[in-house]
Formats: sequence, structure tokens, C-alpha cells
Amino acid sequence: MGTQKSIDYLNVDYGIRSWLLTLDHKRIALLYLISITVMFALGGIFAMLIRLELLTPAGDLVQSDTYNKLFTMHGIIMIFFFLVPSIPSVFGNFLLPLMIGARDLAFPKLNLLSWYVYVLGAIFTLWAMVSGGVDTGWTFYTPYSTTASTTNVIPTAIGVFVTGFSSILTGVNFIATIHRMRAPGLTWFRLPLFVWALYATSLIMVLGTPVLAITILLVGLERAFHIGIFDPALGGDPLLFQHLFWFYSHPAVYIMILPSMGVVSEVISCFAKKRIFGYNFIAASSLAIALFGFLVWGHHMFVSGESVYAAMVFSVLSFAVAVPSAVKVFNWAATLYKGTIELSAPMLYSLGFIGLFTVGGLTGLFLAALGLDVHVHDTYFVVAHFHYIMVGGAIMGYMAAMHFWWPKVTGRMYSQLWAKISALTIFLGFNLTFFPQFVLGYLGMPRRYHTYPPEFQVLNVLSTAGASILALGYLIPLIYLIYSLRNGERAPANPWKATGLEWTVPSPPPPENFDVIPVVDEEPYAYPDLEVQSA
Amino acid sequence: MPDSTSVAAVDPHAASAHLAHQFEDAEQQYETASLGMWLFIVQEIMFFGGLFTAYAVYRSMYPNAFAQVSRNLDVVFGTTNTLVLIGSSLTMALAVRAARFGTRRQLVTYLLWTMLFGTVFLGIKGMEYHHKWVEGFVPGPGFHYTGAGAEHAQLFFSLYFAMTGLHALHMVVGIVLLAILAVMGARGRFGPAYSTPVEMAGLYWHFVDVIWIFLFPMLYLLGRH
Amino acid sequence: MAPRVDALYAYLIGVSIVFIALIAATLLYFVIRFRARKGNERAPQIEGSLALEALWSIVPFVIAMTMFVWGAKVYFAMARPPDNAMDVFVVAKQWMWKIQHVEGNREIDELHVPVNQPVKLTMTSEDVIHSFYVPAFRVKADVLPDRYTTLWFQATKPGTYHLFCAEYCGTEHSRMVGKVIVMEPTDYQDWLKYSAGAGEKKTASAADLGRVVFEKQGCGTCHRADNGPLQAAVASSLIGPPLKGLYGSTVELADGSKTEADETYIRESITDPMSRIVRGYPPKMPTYRGRVSQEKLLQLITYIKTLATNGTNGSSTDSGQAEPKDDAARS
Repeated sequence: MGTQKSIDYLNVDYGIRSWLLTLDHKRIALLYLISITVMFALGGIFAMLIRLELLTPAGDLVQSDTYNKLFTMHGIIMIFFFLVPSIPSVFGNFLLPLMIGARDLAFPKLNLLSWYVYVLGAIFTLWAMVSGGVDTGWTFYTPYSTTASTTNVIPTAIGVFVTGFSSILTGVNFIATIHRMRAPGLTWFRLPLFVWALYATSLIMVLGTPVLAITILLVGLERAFHIGIFDPALGGDPLLFQHLFWFYSHPAVYIMILPSMGVVSEVISCFAKKRIFGYNFIAASSLAIALFGFLVWGHHMFVSGESVYAAMVFSVLSFAVAVPSAVKVFNWAATLYKGTIELSAPMLYSLGFIGLFTVGGLTGLFLAALGLDVHVHDTYFVVAHFHYIMVGGAIMGYMAAMHFWWPKVTGRMYSQLWAKISALTIFLGFNLTFFPQFVLGYLGMPRRYHTYPPEFQVLNVLSTAGASILALGYLIPLIYLIYSLRNGERAPANPWKATGLEWTVPSPPPPENFDVIPVVDEEPYAYPDLEVQSA
Repeated sequence: MPDSTSVAAVDPHAASAHLAHQFEDAEQQYETASLGMWLFIVQEIMFFGGLFTAYAVYRSMYPNAFAQVSRNLDVVFGTTNTLVLIGSSLTMALAVRAARFGTRRQLVTYLLWTMLFGTVFLGIKGMEYHHKWVEGFVPGPGFHYTGAGAEHAQLFFSLYFAMTGLHALHMVVGIVLLAILAVMGARGRFGPAYSTPVEMAGLYWHFVDVIWIFLFPMLYLLGRH
Repeated sequence: MAPRVDALYAYLIGVSIVFIALIAATLLYFVIRFRARKGNERAPQIEGSLALEALWSIVPFVIAMTMFVWGAKVYFAMARPPDNAMDVFVVAKQWMWKIQHVEGNREIDELHVPVNQPVKLTMTSEDVIHSFYVPAFRVKADVLPDRYTTLWFQATKPGTYHLFCAEYCGTEHSRMVGKVIVMEPTDYQDWLKYSAGAGEKKTASAADLGRVVFEKQGCGTCHRADNGPLQAAVASSLIGPPLKGLYGSTVELADGSKTEADETYIRESITDPMSRIVRGYPPKMPTYRGRVSQEKLLQLITYIKTLATNGTNGSSTDSGQAEPKDDAARS
């Protein structure tokens, strides 16, 4: 190895054009990273305002219309502009070619286009927000969104519509890449589980997002031209909207969780130094979740007026879809058995994921149980459930990915101590924020309430206190990670001694990823088989 | 750790300007492009599928009204358009064949014919829309319908315009694509070594044609026994 | 019903605690027991175990199915109001609940009911989707425009309970709240009398109000409501199906299908008459959508429900009663 500075994807070219016109999947991943971090911060500010308002029963911080806009915009930003793209567009984009031994994704120009489409959608939506906001709830239920709301529904709908295509393009790119660009010897069952997770996610992105697109388009047309498709006065059916909307939006939650599950498989395996227990089952469970996820949308409509028999079908399928997720949790636990476990920051986040996702998943069963859902539907129980999955699950997985692959992406190590402190802060802050909401929900506090009866105040105060801690927990990584860019120890190619093709190239990787395309001849997670050496 | 060996006596990237750097050979590039286009078509099917679902739901709720209102659609125009599109698919297929063989003049000719057919389709559609506008059948503030099935006429026409409008939009995109390909083809960019863009455009065009094949009977022919 | 929901909840909590404890304990144990220590690396590369996969797929699946069955049974019971349920009508609008008792009493944002009596709510919205939610009773149902949804409950303890709107409906969604006031039966009767007014101010029953709507809208021009003698001229104009005994009967439609004449059928026949023509009758009825308010529609339907087949014009007020005051009939 020579002593001259090596060329990597970061220093190969400088200047704004080299970034805005890049075709390198690694640079595009960073473009996404910056964009979604900005959106996350915005969504987080809205969350803080919501929690601050809810400190007191009266609506005294903001007016009702403002509050309604806050929770709507919080949901829209967090779901469409943060969670859906997060792991796929940042870590999927960066890692997928590396993990399969390719030089780039199948369609690099489409990849760059997907980022511009995302930004365009974000600009539309942000403009809708600053020029008045939108107050329909992220679910846009009709006829409120099509006739009664006086807010910027159409610009927001356009923004979400446009951004949806970013998802679709990413999904198309990933599927084509995984099918056609694997290195020689890399058969399907030698793929890292993160790739399986991305594959399943991409299937949902490609099949589900267009349905949201057409639904949102129809809402816009209805609002603009009163075409009558969802308006009962004109013979339309507001329930049709719900069916079409949830047909995407339920699978969407699997878009948000599957990549995190893939991350957890990678991290657990690495920090236990063990191949994943039940590889085939974890891979199959990702596909099962993607498939079954399309069959359960009606569980959002148990009290909406759908027939009892339809409700029963959706209920039983919703219980069924829980099983593959449970299978993953058990397999991860079994992977730890007789491993050599290192409690690094990524590992802490992954363990946190398992615990919080389990709670979130189990509470999903509460909602799938018909007789119980009648009581807790549209209450804070649901809010708690999905935050356990999306924040306790998906975002913990995102943080695990961030801490696992940061050295690869940036070429720098970060402070393990601060990383562990923030992991703990996030875990504690999160639970304090959202566990009280389960109780609030069962006691009957509905969601989307600006004011509430005084007996709910104590739990709300606990929740807000937790939110402050959680916010702190997210701020700390921002500091030490950015700090590490200049001051962190330079990272070797494989700081964690993990398996996987991405760890065979330097940190940060060269522009073309591999000097020579590797030939794969061993199983994934091929950690050395060690028995205990007696001291 | 995996082995790092690769045999490349002749670097395929140097040999062909068409081979993108991320692909190992032309065949991989072609197969991947094809898969990408099929995936895109699948998502288009889901996109139109939402509209088709809405139509199916309302048709089953109001079968009489929908059947009556649909009689206001011009079957002659619709049938003509169907034949025009089928013709355009033929010329598109011939264009793809020409691209593969590298016969430049045939390629450009067939692309132009396809574009012509597409434009004729859009022209007829435009006439139909104009008629509907004049009759007051365009949903919105100016909507005015007093025939049989009036209570659900606006719903029917909304779906009609949404579905055919979306389809027409896709046709416009297709025609633009073909124009670009015609220019490229005239410059000799396609041949046996590289005809992927034309093939992909062909897939897209056929798909748009198939959507119409479903739209036509659903909208125009229901209730006409 | 509420205790059944709570029991199901307790079961799910129990199962959840067991699983969470199991997983937490396992993880904690493994993480400590197999912690990386200097010179002590171990890692037998175990691929998997079909037996374990089967175990931890099948056991959770079976448990999930017990949850499903239990939940479905409770839901089924919720969907079937007892035959002796007393009817109350609810019209929701941004941002208030308008309650109408059969006896004629009307309330805003409050619902008085007797204890230990099943109550069936028939609900509709004037504008957007709302949701009628009484946490204490563990019941909830969305309230939709242009549609009737129902829910039923039987209160077991006198008291005052929260009523919440549980489907986001705009600015004052969180203030669209009210009270369900459960009273001893005698207290309830007193309340009925007291809040109904007296003498000329007494509110008419819903059925009577419905009869007023029937007459004002001229429904009798085409639809017969009673069994009295007919003049030939009148008989020839009766081109619509007769209404006596209609409610609850099976109607044969022009396309050969049969349907039950429930509240929804009657409402749709008034607001969208062309969608289902009765066999043997001409498709001539105009739509009354927008001409009759949601509340008047409910009153009208209540009136039609009282038209029994034995020829009596069921009505809870005697003839000779003063015509109900206009402001009582106005929505």
C-alpha cells in the first residue's frame, strides 16, 4: 500500500455540480441523508409543539386549527418524507451495490432522478405548509378532505403524489439490481439478509405506492372539480377512499419496518460473531410479510361501516401476519445463543429494536382483535402502537444502521461512549413518551384531540417529559457524528470484523466500489466456527 | 473472505460505447433494462388499477344509470380509436424489428407511423372531449345532464374523463418518447448491437395499447347488447 | 359488553407480559452469559433448527387464533342489538351531537338513557365522518353522511359518562364531546316527561313529526299509508308501492333480486329512488335528497315504521292533538 492519499467516492471530485449531477449511488445516498434529516428535524419540531400543547388539558398554546395542522403535517412529513425513504434511500442506495459486488445500481440516472423527485415533492409539501398548512390528518379522510377542509389539501396532495414516485423508482431500481447484478457465485441464498429485506420492501414500494398515487389524485380532482367520486351527495362513497387509501398505507408500514429488520439481522450477526440462526426462515418471513401485508388493509376500518364478515377476514389475516415477525424475533434471539457478544452502539440499538418492536407488534394484536379494537380504535392506544413500531422499531433500526455503517460511509469512527449514552437516552425517553399513551388510549382519550378532559393530564405530562428526553437523545448523535467527520479516528476497511462484501473495500469506498468484481464462494455470515477456548 | 478474481481478456466497456459501467456485458444490460421496464409497467397497472377498481365499484352499485349514461359515448369514435391503436402497435412492433436489424429507414418510418397513429388517436379523443364539453358533460361547475341515469351521470363522466385522460396523458408521453427515438434512430444509433431503448419503448407502447383495450369495452360497450 | 372487552384485554395483556418477559429475560441472559471476554471467544456456527422454527411458528399462530376467535365473538355480539332495544336517533354534524328520542325528546350533546335497558342508536352525519364513542361502554361506531350506522349498548350503572367524537372532523373535533347520562328507570321516565314540555309546548313523537314531513312533502300523492276507503281518482294516482307494512318486509326489485326493507332501504328509496326500482312499479319517483334534512328523514322513517299491516295508523299521539309547533318540526 502506497502512502499517497487514496481516491474514494468523497474526494474523487469536488464542487456542487459533482454532487448535484452525480450518478454515484454512494453520493446519492448522502444527498438523501441530508434531505431526510432536514425533514426529520421539521417533523420533530411539530411533534414537540404537539406534546407541549398537550401538557395542559386546555387548548392554550395554539389554536385548534393550528393544532390540527401540526399533527397532520407531523404525520405527513414523518411517514412520506422520513420513514419511507430512510433506510432504503440512504443505506439501501449506499450498500446494495457493495453488498452484491456491483459497481452501481442498475439504473444510476433513475436513482438521481428519484432524489430530485423526492426534493420536488418535499418543496411542494413545504410550500403547502408555509402558505397555510393542511389539517386533514395524514390520512386525508373524505369527505372532510374533499369538501369541508379549507386548507391547502391540493398542494399537499401534489407533494405526496410526486414523492411517491421517488419510492417507486427506488423500488424498481433495487429489484432490477438484485435480480440481475449479483456478483458471480452470489446466489439468492448467499445474499445478506439486509438485501432480502430491501427486496421485499421494494416489492411493496412498486406494487403499493401507485395505488396511493391514484387515490391522492382522485382526492385532488374531487376537491377541484367536485367529480363526486367520494361525495355521497353525488352518489360517491367515502368508504371507497378508505379502502383505496389503506390498500397502500397498510403495506406502507411494512416498507417502513422491513429494512430495519434487515439491519438488525446484520448487526446481531456481526456483534455476536455468529451466522444468523434460521437464515432461510428470516428471508422467507420478509417475503411473507410483504405478501400478507397487502391483505390486511381492512383492519383500519373495523368501525367504519365495513361488513362484519369482511372485518373477520381482515382480523384473522392481521393475526396471521404477526407470525413471520415473531419468527424473526425468535431467530435473532437464537443467534445470540453461544455467541461472542459485544455491546457496541449498533448492538444496543438492535437490542432496543427487538424489545420495542415486540411491544409494538404485540399491541398490534390488541388492535387486530375485533371486539377490542372497537374500544381502542382512534384512541391514543393506536398512536402508542404505531410509534412503538415506527420509532421504537424503524428509527432504532435506522440508528443502528447509522452507527454500524458510519465508518464505511465516512471513513471515520465515532465516540462509542457518546453513542451508547444516546442509545440509552433514546430508549428511556421513548418509553416514557409512549408507554403512558397505551394507558391513555384504553382510558378512552381519542387521538387528534387538541383539548382533553382533565383526568388525562398526568399521563400526558409524563408523555411530554419523555418526548423532551427523546429529543435530546436524537440531538446528541447529530453532534458526535458530525464531530467525527473531522476528528474521528480513521476507519479501517472492516472495523467491526464483519462478513459482507461491503467490508472488503476501503472505508470510504472507491468510486467504482471494487477494483475487480469479486467471485463469491461461501455462505453468508461465514464467521469462524469457534468453540470455547478454556482459559 | 471471498475470492477476487475476474477474467476479462477484452474489456467489454472499451469495446462498446453503449455498455454502461455498472454492467458486465451487453446481455446483462439488456436483461436488466427489460426487467426495469416490466416493473415499471407493473406499477402502472397498479396505478390504473385503482381507477378501474373505483369504476367497478360504482358500476356494480349503479348498473342501470351507468349503462344508460354510457350510451352518450360515441361508439364509432371509440371503435375507430381502438383500430387505430391496434394499428399503432403493429407499426411499433415493426419498428422494434427494424431497430434490431439496423435498417435505419424502416425504423424511422415505422416510428413515425406509430406516432401518427397515436396523434390520430389523440385527435379523435380531443373531438370526443370537445363534444362532451359542448353537451355539458364535463364534470365541474358547468356540468349539465338531463337524460336517463342523470343522478349518477356526473360520477360516470368523472370516471370516464379520469380514466381516458390518464390514458391520453400516457399516450402523449409515449409519442414524445418515440419522437426522441426517431431522431436517435435517424442518426443511426440503433442496430443489432444495441436496440434496447426502442424495445423498451415498444413494451411501454404496447402496455398503453392494452390499457385502452380494457377501457374501451368497460366504458363504451357496457349496456349495449 | 364492557366486561367482555376488558376480559379480552386482560387476556392479551397477560399473553403479552409472558412473551415480553420471556424475550427480555432470554436476551438479557444471553447478553450477559455470552458476553465477549478476552481470550474467551466462542461461536459455534449453528445454522438453524427446523424443530424450533416449527415450534415458534405454530405456538404463536395458535395463540393468535385464540385471540382472533375471542375478539370475533365479542364483535359479533356488538353487531347484534337485542330485539327489545330501545331506538334512539343520532345526527352528527360539525361539531355537535343531535339526539332524538322516539318519544320526541331532543337533546344536544347529551344522551339520557335508562339503566339496564338495551339502547340501539341509529346514526347519520350531516357533513363529514364522525364517530360516536363512549369509552365507559367500550363502544364506538363511525357516523357517516348519507348512510345509517348503528351501535347498541346496555348501561349497567347509573352515572354520567363521556361521549367523544372519535373520527377527526375539523376544527372543533376535540370539543365535539358530550355526556351519556344513565338513570334509574323511574328517573328516566321523569326526565322524559320533564324535558318534553307540557300542553301545547309538548314535543311530538318522532313518528308524529315524521307524519308531518310525510304530509308536507306530499308523499301520499303516490304512496298509500293507510287502509281507509279510496276514491277512484285517488287510487289511480297511487303509482308508488304502498307503505303500510313495508318496514321489515322483503321487497322484490325490478331486476329480480330481493332485499329487506330496513332503515337504509327506506332512506335510499327517498334519496336515490332510481337505484332500486320495485318490481311492477314505474321508475318515476323524484329524489328528495337535499329537500329533507337528516333529522326529518329519520322522523319520516320512524313514521313509516309505525305503519303496521293490520291497517292501523300507528301513532303515539291521539287524534285531536294540536299540530306540533313548527319549531319542533324544523331541524
